[in-house]
Amino acid sequence: MDILQQLFFYVVAFVAVTSGFLVITCRNPINSGITLVMTFFCLAIFYVTLHAPFMAAIQIMVYAGAIMVLIIFVIMLLNLGSSVVIRYRHAVTGAVVASGLMLFQVLIILKQGSVNPVPGSVSAEMVESVGHTELIGKALFTDFMLPFEIASILLLVAIVGAIILAKREV
Amino acid sequence: MPEMLSLSNDPILFIAVMLAKILAVFVVLLLIVAYATYAERKIIGHMQTRLGPTMTGPLGLLQPIADGLKLFFKEDIIPAQASKVAFILAPMMILVPAFITVAVVPFGGDVVIGGYTVPLQIADLDVGILFILAMEGLGVYGIVLAGWASNNKYSLLGGIRSAAQVISYELAAGLSIVAVFMLAETLSLRGIVEAQSGSMFNWFVFSQPLAFCVFFITSVAEINRVPFDLPEAETELVSGFCTEYSSMKYALFFMAEYANMVVVAAVISTLFLGGPAGPFPGVINLLLKIFFFMFVLIWMRATFPRVRYDQLMFMGWKVFLPLALLNIVITGAVIVL
Repeated sequence: MDILQQLFFYVVAFVAVTSGFLVITCRNPINSGITLVMTFFCLAIFYVTLHAPFMAAIQIMVYAGAIMVLIIFVIMLLNLGSSVVIRYRHAVTGAVVASGLMLFQVLIILKQGSVNPVPGSVSAEMVESVGHTELIGKALFTDFMLPFEIASILLLVAIVGAIILAKREV
Repeated sequence: MPEMLSLSNDPILFIAVMLAKILAVFVVLLLIVAYATYAERKIIGHMQTRLGPTMTGPLGLLQPIADGLKLFFKEDIIPAQASKVAFILAPMMILVPAFITVAVVPFGGDVVIGGYTVPLQIADLDVGILFILAMEGLGVYGIVLAGWASNNKYSLLGGIRSAAQVISYELAAGLSIVAVFMLAETLSLRGIVEAQSGSMFNWFVFSQPLAFCVFFITSVAEINRVPFDLPEAETELVSGFCTEYSSMKYALFFMAEYANMVVVAAVISTLFLGGPAGPFPGVINLLLKIFFFMFVLIWMRATFPRVRYDQLMFMGWKVFLPLALLNIVITGAVIVL
């Protein structure tokens, strides 16, 4: 069964990397959006294979909605021609250099350190018996209460900001 | 109860049973989809004092097959200025999520096969409801892409409307079923069916009437059925997002619409009406409930005029969303007390 699982992992990983690559190589921003959805979908599959179905479902729900909005933006606002792409060519070069450096760094770190799992308070048996969703819920509302609430205030600020921006024109 | 059949204790039987379940559910779903088109024409026909299809086969029963054959042999047209990849991908992106959703719907209790317990459900996910919501969210991509890729102003308008509609109503639909899983204390559809077992009055439709109404109406809006069919409003947008589609691609959109109806009917039956519970063997109960909701959806199409766009947005954000939130608060208070 292990071989099957590995094979499955490699197939999904291949799709994830390919679609991630296509996100930046597609000429049309809409196609980039579709491939971005594919990448996130593959990540959701990884969550499922890691026994975290709740994360997988949330991943699809949140990102599917977010990318939808992105695509709408592209349709409604941007009608990018090739002139814009040429104008921002120096930015593209900068991004290539930066991400190349980052890749180099990651490779060096990976070569130096040894990767060992660090056992936390949550074990695989606990996930099996208590339930993955319950564990996340408990952690969010007890240990991580403050960060969770701070994130919600951040979202509230964003909503108020959006309303102010939308109302200004009227 | 004997041990649960899984991949580790009998792989060959497990795979065989899985394939059999998938095949059975898929065939039944396709049959319902095909005959839902017939039922819709027949029922609406009689409601408007017409007869509906009568010529193909006895009582017109072969009409869906004739329709399918006709669409299959039509010329497949792709507009010259269309974005080809998205244009071809869109019908599949709308049909596949609709079909996958059925995988988490339980269609009966447990049966014993070859000494192992087999649940009558393709996949019992821990997060069944969230999976359904996620797939509904993915379904809108098909419509928006179809609208954008066709390079047609009517299609684009239909696609954009659909995106706005689904994003607005997804929230209310999701919030309305929060109350259901507060009562069931699980996200798995199997657990929810178990929580409603026993007498008929354990069904969540009795303890959660508000959630039931909100979820039903928002679901109708999410699958773009009358009176919320603004994305394809034929009186103003020709045929909306599928204007430029022909042949089998159009048939895929058509199938997706009816598949979505079946899915919504099945999900509502599972969440609020006890799923396969009832006087008959499990599968028949569930099918009867599905048929009932399909009939209501068709009935609504014959009855209601289309809502205006501003009415749609008003209802979504200012009526259903607050109602769903209120329902959560009330349910929480009742549970705590």
